[in-house]
Amino acid sequence: MRAAVGIAAIAALVIGVATAWATSGPLDEEPVVAAAQKEVAITATFAGDELFVYGAVSRSRRLQKSDGPLDVVIVVEGPAAPIIVRKKKWIAGLWINAAAFFIAEAPSYYAVASTRPLLDILDKDGYRRVSLDGAVIMAGTPFSAEEPLEFRQAAIRLRRRAGFYVTKPSGVALAKSTLYQARFSLPANIIEGAYAVTVYLVRNKRIVGEQDFVIPVRRKGLEQFLYRAAMERPTLYGLGTLATALIAGYLASEIFRRLRRG
Amino acid sequence: MHIYLPIAQVSVNIFFLLGLGAAVGVISGLFGVGGGFLMTPLLIFAGIAPDVAVSTQAPQLVASSFSGFLAHLKRQAVDIRMGTVLLAGGIVGSEIGVAIFSWLRSLGQVEFAVTLLYVVFLGVVGVLMAIESVAALRSAQNGAATTAWRPRRRWMHQLPLKMRFKASQLYISVIPPITIGMTIGILGAIMGVGGGFIMLPAMIYILGMRSKVVVGTSLYQIMIVMAYTTWRHSVENQTVDAALAVVLLLGGVIGAQIGASLGARLRGEQLRFLLAALVLSVGLVLALDLMIEPSELFSIDARGAF
Repeated sequence: MRAAVGIAAIAALVIGVATAWATSGPLDEEPVVAAAQKEVAITATFAGDELFVYGAVSRSRRLQKSDGPLDVVIVVEGPAAPIIVRKKKWIAGLWINAAAFFIAEAPSYYAVASTRPLLDILDKDGYRRVSLDGAVIMAGTPFSAEEPLEFRQAAIRLRRRAGFYVTKPSGVALAKSTLYQARFSLPANIIEGAYAVTVYLVRNKRIVGEQDFVIPVRRKGLEQFLYRAAMERPTLYGLGTLATALIAGYLASEIFRRLRRG
Repeated sequence: MHIYLPIAQVSVNIFFLLGLGAAVGVISGLFGVGGGFLMTPLLIFAGIAPDVAVSTQAPQLVASSFSGFLAHLKRQAVDIRMGTVLLAGGIVGSEIGVAIFSWLRSLGQVEFAVTLLYVVFLGVVGVLMAIESVAALRSAQNGAATTAWRPRRRWMHQLPLKMRFKASQLYISVIPPITIGMTIGILGAIMGVGGGFIMLPAMIYILGMRSKVVVGTSLYQIMIVMAYTTWRHSVENQTVDAALAVVLLLGGVIGAQIGASLGARLRGEQLRFLLAALVLSVGLVLALDLMIEPSELFSIDARGAF
């Protein structure tokens, strides 16, 4: 509902601007971005969320046939963090983690949606800039392990399977070369932090305009309290956990005993 | 309805967790064991990180042994003195175990070490219990009186630092109970078990305690050592999930009471045989897990990397 109102408002704005457009001169385009929510809250019942990104293209003049097709690419990137990728090997009849590879920075979440497959609409530089492959290479992989490529691919494969890395080659809907929208699903176990949403406009294989904004993902309420306590006041957290467990266990057994005697 | 576990950082169906707690609770009530040996592998199968699964057992075991301890205390079936000696060893063991656990985490070998320890212990204990219960079932059929196996403990009486344990009717050195307590403290911190399944036979066969005080004393020592382990894991590894512990516990408490009333209807030897079968099958599943080639050889460790 909120999204619909937002789109209507932007459409009105764009139509308003459109009446003042010139028909000649160089074409300058810039995306105007909005999202249905200002933040994502991880609460006790959090089971993942959907991010709805929409907006419109503002441009300096009316489109002409010779301008060619417009494509839109939207990237959502979660905070980067170091990871260790481990590989099991068969040792003495057992499968054991036997090799490890350190990746200094890999985005914890990376989703890229576009109007068409990225390789069809972008040149090499542009592709490297927005694609998942680019994101994990850019993350500064130190090439020192035995088979680094294999480990990098495994990291991407595992995160794809878990819904952390997403590519949607037709995930952006573009109407009248002006209004665009895309939906991203955030899995339940995403990490906290600033999620950057960037909208790219693509023409003739090149990025011609971009705009970004940040959606914070935060723990809220009890989740926030417990996590902070565990990390910052571990002694108190340990004692609190014990006390809660003792009281909960004792109460539950008393209540149940009375119910059965009932 | 899903619940987001703050430390495990996964979203799990709350009824699944309650059911898991209840199922393990039934077994623990039925057989009079803590159930940690079942809960830890089940949580790992359910997708909880092994380090969180193991350390979250500690507060749970404290709470579940608490009410049992109170009941035994009322009946004066606790040897507080022996329990205190055992738990002195247990706390040293817990400290060592938590340190080993941190080291294993940094190597990325928690899952392997935990699984291997489970296979070894469940295998050995399961086989011993199966042999014992089959023998008991046979002799019950033949109507012959079972002659309890009494080890000769002459070596133990030559050890120094002797102490009198009135409730257990013993006058022995404190070295064997401290060693036993320490071993179980180490295992508790690494495997997420209370260690009752090792402690009980050790008390009877190695220390020679009266069977009347064995369960209460074991509960007393498990309760204190696991409370200590909770604190140490919280500080050293930050892997104790309070929300997970409480939800499992609520299911577990109810399950345990159902199990206890079921257990009253079965014969002791039959129960022990069933428990042996259960212990062996969990061990077997875990052993296969180590031996069969996994479909995915790679894993991502986002915690150990910091």
